[in-house]
Amino acid sequence: MGMMTKRRRQQLLAELKYNKGIFVALAFLLVIALLSIFAFLSPYDPDAIDMLHRLEGPSGSHWFGTDDLGRDYLTRILYGGRISLLVGVVSMLISTLIGVTIGTVAGYFGGWIDNVLMRLVDILSSIPWMVLVTVVSIFLKPGLQAIILVIGLFTWMGVARLVRAETLSVKEREYVLYAKAMDQKPLFIILRHVIPSVLPTIIISATGDIASAIMIESSLSFLGLGVQQPMSSWGSMLNRAQSLLDRAPYMAIVPGVMIILTVFSFNKLGDLIRVFVEPKAIER
Amino acid sequence: MLRYTVKRILQAVPLLLLISVICFGLMQLAPFDAIDALTTPDMAPEVVEAMKARVGLDQPVPVQYIRWLGRMLRGDLGYSIVTHLSVSQGFFSRLPNTVLLVLPSYAIALLIAIVLGLVAGSKRGGVADKIIDTLCSIGMATPTFWVGMMLVYLFGYKLRLLPILGMHTMGMDSSTSDLIRHMILPVTVLTLGNLPSTIRFVRSSAISQYSEDYVTVQKAFGASRAQILFRHVVKNVLLPVITLVGMSLPTLVTGAFVTESIFSWPGVGTYFLTAIQGFDYPVVMTVMFFSSVMVILGNLLADLAYALVDPRIKSMG
Repeated sequence: MGMMTKRRRQQLLAELKYNKGIFVALAFLLVIALLSIFAFLSPYDPDAIDMLHRLEGPSGSHWFGTDDLGRDYLTRILYGGRISLLVGVVSMLISTLIGVTIGTVAGYFGGWIDNVLMRLVDILSSIPWMVLVTVVSIFLKPGLQAIILVIGLFTWMGVARLVRAETLSVKEREYVLYAKAMDQKPLFIILRHVIPSVLPTIIISATGDIASAIMIESSLSFLGLGVQQPMSSWGSMLNRAQSLLDRAPYMAIVPGVMIILTVFSFNKLGDLIRVFVEPKAIER
Repeated sequence: MLRYTVKRILQAVPLLLLISVICFGLMQLAPFDAIDALTTPDMAPEVVEAMKARVGLDQPVPVQYIRWLGRMLRGDLGYSIVTHLSVSQGFFSRLPNTVLLVLPSYAIALLIAIVLGLVAGSKRGGVADKIIDTLCSIGMATPTFWVGMMLVYLFGYKLRLLPILGMHTMGMDSSTSDLIRHMILPVTVLTLGNLPSTIRFVRSSAISQYSEDYVTVQKAFGASRAQILFRHVVKNVLLPVITLVGMSLPTLVTGAFVTESIFSWPGVGTYFLTAIQGFDYPVVMTVMFFSSVMVILGNLLADLAYALVDPRIKSMG
């Protein structure tokens, strides 16, 4: 990315001025990250059952009410956010790592290596992700690790395609040709020259991947295939809320709104980064 | 055109074969055998062995694969481990129910998206564009199943206007109006779920058309915005939409998984999810294989349709 030129700074400021929603998004992400880190400061224990105060609506002492076991819903939302964000970030890291490796190797070496790897990408993208991810999830013991692995291992195809396409053009640049002529090792060239050049693409797609991982996790957990009790994520809280919809609609509303705000904010953050690293992309 | 068609079909065949290998491989890795559907634990081992030999499970894996593929191609999809019923019957009896939800919702979403996408794209950065764009951003961030839950709460529990479960009210199995009442909520959920990405697609297609030279020329000749839009832009914007329609073919099978689960709609989605929870591999693999076939077929049809209307493609491809 290099130094931030004056022109870029101006463009960034212009974007911030044009797109004020970004401030809200960034503020929300910061707040939700801090809240889930410091969730333990809540006066309530997320797992403390209180049968005398079941399904109480939002009030002064329980801001988001209580669930069917009398647990403070706000505290559970914060702990659930921890899980949702953790799944989002860690599975993004896994899928980015795989995608970047496959994409750069395929693009840099070309030939049969490229052919084999891209056919693999074709095959995996031909199976609808919902089917693929659910099928793989039955082979693993359900839980946090399984869901992170399933999402991380089977959502890297998009990054791989993007990175490969960029690598194809980067490897024709003179500094890469020079490094090759100097007989430097391919691994070194990829790490030292290719990856830094495709970094902007990687960062943009990684931000979007956090958002989509959170969405996938919530769908799977909603279907009962993701995070298992007593641990809960926003998706599994919605699963539980479904049977209580008639009596406690707030139990469905709150986690849903949290998912929307979080995913929306990550997408906005992605837009901002796009402006920052790809100034050409914002011609309006 | 014929050469291009043949070439694209030849590209699709190995992909299909590899996917069938993956489906078969996963079934092999699974902790149950297909034979478990036909036997009970108290059967004598010799009887089980004999039955295995009769269905060919004593053969080497590659032979089993070839036979399995042959049966699949002839439409014999085996038997469910859990219900012991024929998978092809189960699958194909549920498929129309899913299509019944997906087809109308997709058509409605496409119509709305073409209108809103053109409105947004023809005046980029305008008030309408900003409003539509914000709504799309929010829509993209909203889980479909949550929209479903909210609608169930509002129309099912609060207003008590619409049914929220299944396809028919008990005893009214042949009533079309009853079926339509049951369809309203799931179709709405699916339509809302498809809208944001489709609008974005049409919008960006419209924007790229407005930057073409022919638009500038028309403007220079003094054509009004409406003339440019309806005489020239619409036609070219709709071309890429063909691709979108083709690529949406697989949603006819898998497009309603979560929605079906919320509304207990007896379609492919609930069939698949029940099978997943019951480790019913023959069913799982059938859905997996068929949905992948639909993806490849959809891409193929989209490419061919596109080449038909835009001859530049096949000379490049």
